[in-house]
Amino acid sequence: MKDEISEIVNVENLVYKKTPLMTDNILSYCPGCGHGTAHRITMEVLEELGIGENTIGIAPVGCSVLAYEFMNIDMQQAAHGRAPAVATGIKRTWPHKIVFTYQGDGDLAAIGTAETIHACNRGENIVIIFVNNGIYGMTGGQMAPTTLPGMKSSTSPYGRDVHIMGNPLKMTELVAELPGTRFVTRQAVHTPGNVRKAKRAIKKAFENQINFKEGVNFVEIVSNCNSGWKMTPVHSNEWMVENMFPFYPLGDIKVDGELVNK
Amino acid sequence: MGELKLMKGNEAIAEAAIRAGVDAYFGYPITPQSEVIEYLMAEKPYETTGMVVLQAESEIAAINMVYGAAASGKKVMTSSSSPGISLKQEGISYMAGAELPCLIANVVRGGPGLGTIQPSQADYFQATKGGGHGDYHLIVLAPASVQEMADFVSKGFDLAFKYRAPVMILSDGLIGQMMEKVILSEHTPRWTDEEIIKISPWATTGKPATRERNIITSLDLDSYRQEQHNIHLQKKYKEIRENEVEYEEYMCEDAEYLYVAYGSSARIAQKAIQLGRDKGIKAGLLRPITLYPFPSEAIRRLSQQVKGILSLELSAGQMIEDIRLSVDCQMKVEHFGRMGGVIHSPAEALQALEEKIIGG
Repeated sequence: MKDEISEIVNVENLVYKKTPLMTDNILSYCPGCGHGTAHRITMEVLEELGIGENTIGIAPVGCSVLAYEFMNIDMQQAAHGRAPAVATGIKRTWPHKIVFTYQGDGDLAAIGTAETIHACNRGENIVIIFVNNGIYGMTGGQMAPTTLPGMKSSTSPYGRDVHIMGNPLKMTELVAELPGTRFVTRQAVHTPGNVRKAKRAIKKAFENQINFKEGVNFVEIVSNCNSGWKMTPVHSNEWMVENMFPFYPLGDIKVDGELVNK
Repeated sequence: MGELKLMKGNEAIAEAAIRAGVDAYFGYPITPQSEVIEYLMAEKPYETTGMVVLQAESEIAAINMVYGAAASGKKVMTSSSSPGISLKQEGISYMAGAELPCLIANVVRGGPGLGTIQPSQADYFQATKGGGHGDYHLIVLAPASVQEMADFVSKGFDLAFKYRAPVMILSDGLIGQMMEKVILSEHTPRWTDEEIIKISPWATTGKPATRERNIITSLDLDSYRQEQHNIHLQKKYKEIRENEVEYEEYMCEDAEYLYVAYGSSARIAQKAIQLGRDKGIKAGLLRPITLYPFPSEAIRRLSQQVKGILSLELSAGQMIEDIRLSVDCQMKVEHFGRMGGVIHSPAEALQALEEKIIGG
């Protein structure tokens, strides 16, 4: 039996290997978190499109602040929420480079709302990858702009009371309304099927940047935060399906500059 | 010899930027410096030199666009006035931490708060002591003429790239708005992609297989490494203090009293000195051209010769602290200055010297 396995498990038979565009650094994310998968599929897309050497990525402030430790490409780390402005500065001065931001919900939908809206409204030819887990993970589980009504966090310990704390913000629907966005979609990475769909969406986003001169390509990934939500990884994914997806429905919202009719 | 033109200080900055081969300007309108972006938009350098000009949604966005482009090796600048510069401080601190070269022009107006739109020099502390969070300094240049507004653009970029540090031109509404003749330098071509990679091998220009990835960040969660980074920055500021001090002396040879003034106040001090000399008062002027690094040695030297020093600033007295430190509080140093956008007259500046230094 042992011999049979060792015959099968060898380099010639490998059907999958880690993309060289991910470094060997140990991921700083909690086990069970979706960030690692979102990183990997983004880097796989860059590798498959052969644009790794021509791409500049921007890390946000939040759990993925250290994205540059894991993505084996030239990267910048931006001030909290400012990644779309930083991306604008790069893309406008290096129009033939591929530029993307990787941001969380606190970064993109709270402190960086103005930068996000205006980069989208100007139609910057960039990719924005927006990981939404409904919480501030890095600072220890505080309420985010995307925290669901009634959802508990360390700054809404009795649940988000929308009358006091305001409503969750659907940034993705909001930017889809702007003329400057080309492709707007919401995906998830909690099942193999969803990972494949999310990867196809990310690929389309980068292909659009290569093929067109303007238009933001915006990919939201609804993800879990098992630590911040105080759940096991499995339970957090179940909770995400039951609670996050009804509020943040998956699927394309805008394709080729046209809103998708549902 | 370059081209001779009559221009506003703000326009001179804009024209000099085009001629210096600047890659991009990102700004946001605010009085009294809006002519910088207006001039650039009217000149359309994107059709001639290829320079990008973009009006951002805020000063915060503008400085972060500067961050992105500077981190990719481009020669990039922004400008604003006091309240807008306050908004840029976050980005400036990040750029100092990440060691990014750039040029920031502050055409100062009266404060605090929304203040006024008239000239002021009340942003001296903010400009020279750091401005944002953390231990850092900008290199601060103080133009006293429209000519220097133009000249300090390429000078500022030279220093910014020499030290990988943000450089600030600290002018005010008076220098920004007044018109003077200015000799404009010849056009310098923008750097090619190959030149950028050679000049700034640290920049994020896309990682080829032949080198490790370039990372631009001001973050290091390891406090011992962050301390090493701070030590490195302080070493750089020491080198700047040792090598880049610039100042000008005016009628100091026989001076018994000394004005220390920069920018528009230096122009007013010159006239006050002439008025004083008519009355037999021998005063001179030391004009710091760099405010950081500050010309402490020159002031110390002149303090051996004069009987007292008057710091003339359009503020409540900010630079006076650096003058007093320069002379170790061993001599009489007083301040005079109007505030809130009011400009002192040469007669007031002379009267202040007579009352606070000569008679005091």
